[in-house]
Amino acid sequence: MNHPLQRALVPTLSILLAILLNAAIISATGTDPLMVAERIVRSTLGSPYGTGQVLFKATTLLFSALAVAIPFHLRLFNIGAEGQLQVGAIAAAISAASLPPSLTPWAAIPLAVLAAMTAGAGWASIAAILKIRFRVNEVISTIMLNFIAQGVSGYLLFNHFALPSTAHSAPIAENARIASFSELYGWFPSSPANPSLYAAIALSLGFWALLYRTRHGFEMRASGLQPLAAKRAGINPARHTLLAMAMGGASAGLGAANLVLGYKGYYEAGMTAGAGFSGIATALLAAAHPLWIMGSALFMGLLDYGGLAVNSLVPKEIFQVMTAVTILLVISATALNRRNS
Amino acid sequence: MAAAVKIQNITRKFGTLTAVRNVSLTIEKGTVHAIVGENGAGKSTLTNIISGMLPPTGGELIIRGKPVRFTSPKDAAEEGIGMVHQHFMLAGELRVAENIMLGYEECRLFSPLNRKAVNNRIRECAEKYSLALNPDARVSNLSVGEAQRVEIMKLLLRNASIMILDEPTAVLTPMESTKLFTTLRTLAENGHTVLFISHKLDEVLSFADTISVMRKGEIVCTMPAAGATKEQLAGRMVERGVLLSVDNPPATPGAERLRVSNLCLADTRGAQKLRNLSLSIKAGEIYGIAGVEGNGQSELLQALSGMLQGQKGIKGSIQLEGRSLLELSPRQITDCGVGAVPQNRHTEAVITSFSVTDNLIFGRHREPSLHRGAGFSHKALQQLESRLIPDYGVLCQNPAKQQLGALSGGNQQKVVVAREMTRPDLKLLILAQPTRGVDIGAIETIHRKIIEARSRGVAILLISAELEELITLSTRIGCIYNGAISHEFTAKECELKRLEGVAFQKEIGLYIT
Repeated sequence: MNHPLQRALVPTLSILLAILLNAAIISATGTDPLMVAERIVRSTLGSPYGTGQVLFKATTLLFSALAVAIPFHLRLFNIGAEGQLQVGAIAAAISAASLPPSLTPWAAIPLAVLAAMTAGAGWASIAAILKIRFRVNEVISTIMLNFIAQGVSGYLLFNHFALPSTAHSAPIAENARIASFSELYGWFPSSPANPSLYAAIALSLGFWALLYRTRHGFEMRASGLQPLAAKRAGINPARHTLLAMAMGGASAGLGAANLVLGYKGYYEAGMTAGAGFSGIATALLAAAHPLWIMGSALFMGLLDYGGLAVNSLVPKEIFQVMTAVTILLVISATALNRRNS
Repeated sequence: MAAAVKIQNITRKFGTLTAVRNVSLTIEKGTVHAIVGENGAGKSTLTNIISGMLPPTGGELIIRGKPVRFTSPKDAAEEGIGMVHQHFMLAGELRVAENIMLGYEECRLFSPLNRKAVNNRIRECAEKYSLALNPDARVSNLSVGEAQRVEIMKLLLRNASIMILDEPTAVLTPMESTKLFTTLRTLAENGHTVLFISHKLDEVLSFADTISVMRKGEIVCTMPAAGATKEQLAGRMVERGVLLSVDNPPATPGAERLRVSNLCLADTRGAQKLRNLSLSIKAGEIYGIAGVEGNGQSELLQALSGMLQGQKGIKGSIQLEGRSLLELSPRQITDCGVGAVPQNRHTEAVITSFSVTDNLIFGRHREPSLHRGAGFSHKALQQLESRLIPDYGVLCQNPAKQQLGALSGGNQQKVVVAREMTRPDLKLLILAQPTRGVDIGAIETIHRKIIEARSRGVAILLISAELEELITLSTRIGCIYNGAISHEFTAKECELKRLEGVAFQKEIGLYIT
């Protein structure tokens, strides 16, 4: 199991198995799997618009997956990316709508993005502080914080910020909008893919460098692997817990900014649509490695949009089942590989 | 009559590495058989094969004349083979009797357990084999020796007639070890077969019937213990000559470095762990602490390393050259020039999945000389490893790539010792069980380095369960009992009594029990 080709064998086989299994599921619903596959490919990577949609979905997923992956290296399981996205989205929408219209985009966009990041980071830090001060397990606290985020954002929207007889807030100022690739360069016509993608890639690379090339990352990894040894070596676990959760939350905030500033232009009830939870799967699929996450976000984005595209052939629910089955298979395969090596 | 265990041409490979090579061995029924050898000689692999943990790559295993092929420890258990691991496999929250029953309840799921019958059987067994145990004690409250007895009892009640023990005395005090061997001897007399691994040649010579020496995956010789000598065994274990005890030139202590005065410590349940413990260590001397585990050593170590910072229930003071250490964090304490080799290497001293080089700087990674930008300087790391690895005799091919966990225990320990001893401006070195689970060759290196550091003027605190080690190295010896130093042997006494050997060990024994 040392040769790289050999190591790639198990995941490849598991993906093949997943494809076969999914084909069987589709057949069972009475549809031709080949036709569905063809439709998925044609509607995603087969067209510039589809590709743009996939990239847009992948961008948000990449941010939310990093929100899970960073704390994961400290053995912290951040289930709260969903809530962090939600508070980030509402912060982005409110701040971007209230900016003076005379401001240049070079100031307006960063300000709104910063608001989203701060909100996400703050929300995640609550879980960190509960863990440090009161030893509350972060899984429990982030789940609870998800409920609270849901409630708070719903309350704020419907009681304070929603436009009359709608479920969304006032549109943001034009100067805070992130122009799409289509508007900027005519790439992926009319799709919402936008330069946030660059930021997401840069963030992945940045997190990789932080983890594996800096002293801070050395301490983080040590703390995650052997907490007691790390403490004895003079590493402050509380500081790392707080920082990792805050960085994760900020990353979720960036994902929210992509949704609000780069696509919708306002905050809408349910707009994060489980992107935070998909982020958990995306991160786990890549074993929380910041570079592999780029691949898994692309893959998940593809499934996400591909599922929408074949909605008329395969019910959304069945497609959800297929996605989950695929993830389970790939994760089992990687676990198997690790045990054999 | 067929031999209890007969191994024929057994080989076990891990990838390209051959851990056990073409080994043949016969273990007679009713004997105590010892296997000795350096770390990484293949002893554990061999015993794991016999106990069904690892399938052999080739060869044959014959139990009581019957060829067997084990795929799991369960198969081996059915043949009456049981193993006591170095790390006990007990559920701490359960009572002794419950642990012994676990997986062997002898009643249906959901029907009440027959506690009384089990307790009686435990008492019977305890009496027969002198295994003193209270069936109602909670396992988490037991001492290491008692926990080990639970493991042995588990095997006995499961009718294991062949018992394998992996370094059973590594964590025991000399007294507990003697007790253990009495039990093992009784077992052998009752027809059980005992196979054990050890590093300690003295105990092997006095308690085993037959001794096999392993080196580099092969059994180099098997001989009766009667008539064998320590030098003879050591010679077969390592190819080169080994000094069984290093030279200890007289120390020339300087000014006082560490002063612990009237240190008191209560744990969270209010139990007093340290009672007015006082000691002082000068520059250039080794202060040895002798004692049975659980008499306050761990607490003293924690207090000295800053792990108790901010905790309530501490009284007294710890001062390093006049500066109080009790309020400082682990980081601040190391910054004062304190290095420490903790008791438990795996959980406290290393990151096993990091590379050897990363472990050489672990805890020292804040030293500016190793930095470059926000990361580490490759050149500085390379310099460090090319200096330390040969100097401390760490056996590894590619320190920057190889995981520390892939090294043998002795080599891992050398990495920790090398790292801690070469800290810049080292003032105080705290060594807790520096040679636990380490082979003879590595012990010699580590001992030599300890004496070297002392001669450089470092103040050294040495805590060890090995009285021999303490006597060989220490300038002064303090006996710890019940959270206080009950007796101190002066430098003069230590120097004179060092020549007495066993007599001195016995004298120390009086103060620690």
